[in-house]
Amino acid sequence: MALLSKKDRGLIMDPLADNNPITIQVLGICSALAITAQLKASIVMAVSVLFVLSVGNVVISLMRNIIPSKIRIIVQLVVVAALVIIVDQVLKAFAYELSKTLSVFVGLIITNCIIMGRFEAFALGNGPYRSFLDGIGNAAGYGAILIIVGFSRELLGSGTLLGFKVLGDPIEKTGLYAIGYENNGFMLLSPMALIVVGIIIWVQRSRNKTLIEEN
Amino acid sequence: MEHVELFFKSIFIDNMVFATFLGMCSYLAVSKKVSTAVGLGAAVIFVLAVTVPMNWLLDQYVLRPGALTWLGPEYAEYDLSFLSFILFIATIATMVQLVEIVVEKFAPALYTSLGIFLPLIAVNCAILGGSLFMQSRDIQTLGLAFNYGLASGIGWFLAILAIAAIREKIRYSNVPAPLRGLGITFIITGLMAIGFMSFGGMLTGGEEKTETTDEVAKVEVQSQDTVEEEESLAEVSQEINNK
Repeated sequence: MALLSKKDRGLIMDPLADNNPITIQVLGICSALAITAQLKASIVMAVSVLFVLSVGNVVISLMRNIIPSKIRIIVQLVVVAALVIIVDQVLKAFAYELSKTLSVFVGLIITNCIIMGRFEAFALGNGPYRSFLDGIGNAAGYGAILIIVGFSRELLGSGTLLGFKVLGDPIEKTGLYAIGYENNGFMLLSPMALIVVGIIIWVQRSRNKTLIEEN
Repeated sequence: MEHVELFFKSIFIDNMVFATFLGMCSYLAVSKKVSTAVGLGAAVIFVLAVTVPMNWLLDQYVLRPGALTWLGPEYAEYDLSFLSFILFIATIATMVQLVEIVVEKFAPALYTSLGIFLPLIAVNCAILGGSLFMQSRDIQTLGLAFNYGLASGIGWFLAILAIAAIREKIRYSNVPAPLRGLGITFIITGLMAIGFMSFGGMLTGGEEKTETTDEVAKVEVQSQDTVEEEESLAEVSQEINNK
C-alpha cells in the first residue's frame, strides 16, 4: 500500500469495515440477499459489481462537469445500463448456467442502490483516480459481505463450498456426517439470508460501539 | 380465474420483498414511520401498475425475437432482447419523472414528506424487477401484465406497511444495543418472510409444491429437494443397517 497516500488508502479500506456499504450505508441490499444461497453465485455477483462500480465511477467522474444536474439520474442510469449489458453478455457467453441462476439479478445491478449511491455521493464531486479507488473500495466491502453470507449459507445449508463436499458425503455418511451431523436445509431458503445479515450487523456493532444507532 | 390466481400469487406467494428481496433499500430506509411508508407504498403501486404494462408492450412489439414482424417480413429475424435493460430503465425513469411532477402539483405535503425518495423510485429495484420478472415469467396478455404490476405493488405496499408499524412499536422495547435500528429490522423481516412462506401452498391447497417460475426460487427449491432426498436416502440406508 506504499503506492497510495494515506487519504487514498482510507478510500479503499474504510468501506471494508467501518463504512461498509451494506451494514452501515444500507446500500445494495437486494442483490446481497437474493443470490447468496451459493458461494459461486456470490463471488460472480461481487466481481460484476466491482467491474460496474469502478468503471462507472470513472466515467461519471470524467463527465461530472458537463452533466446538467437536472437530468443526471437518467445519464447515470444509461451509463450503468450499458456496463451491465456488457457484464450480462459476457456471463451468457462464458458462464451460461451461472447466468441462468442469477437470472434477473444481473439486470438488477442497474438499480443496485450502491451504484447510484456512490455516483451521487462521490463520483460527482471527485476526480477520476480517486473515484476509481472509491469504486474498488466500496465494491470490495460489498463483496466481502456477499462472500461471508454465501459461504455460511452454502456450508451450513448444503455442506458444500463451491460445489465441493467439504463436510463429507451425507449419503455415504463420511466425514462429519458419520457422527450424526445433518445439513440445515433451512439455510438455503431466502429468509435466512436476512437473518444472517442481521447477525453480521450485530457482531460488527458489538465490536465497534460507535456504530450503534439510537432507536 | 387466471387473473384472480395471478393477483393473489403476486401479492402473497411471490411477494416482492419477502420472496425476491426487491426494493429492499427504500424498504429499510423509509419504514421508520407509517405515514411516509404509506406514501412511498402508494407511489410504488402506481409506478409499477403503469410501467409493467408499458414495458410489456415494448417487449412484445420491439424487443423479443421476431417482435418486429409487424414492420414487414424482412424484420422477422431481428432479436433486440439484449436492449431490454436500457429500454426498460428509460421507460421507468420517464414515468418516475412524470409521477414526481403530478405529486408535486396535487399533493405538495406528500411531496415534501417523500423528499429525496421519490426520484429514488427510479432506482428502486422493485420497479425494474417487476418489468424483468414480467419478461422472464412470460406473461401472456396486456391485462395480465397490468394485473401483475398492480398486485406486485400491493404486495410491496403491504410489506412496508407491516414493517413500519412494527418499527413504530419496537421503539418501546428493550432491544440489545448493537441490534438497534438496522439489525433488528433485518431479523424481523426474516421472520416475516418465514411467515409469508406459509402462503406457498395456498393455490394448490397445500398438497403439492407451487410451481414458481422464478429461476432463483426454482434453484433454491431444487437444492432443497435434493437435500430432502439425501436425507430420506440416508434414513432408508440407516434402517437397512439396523435390520
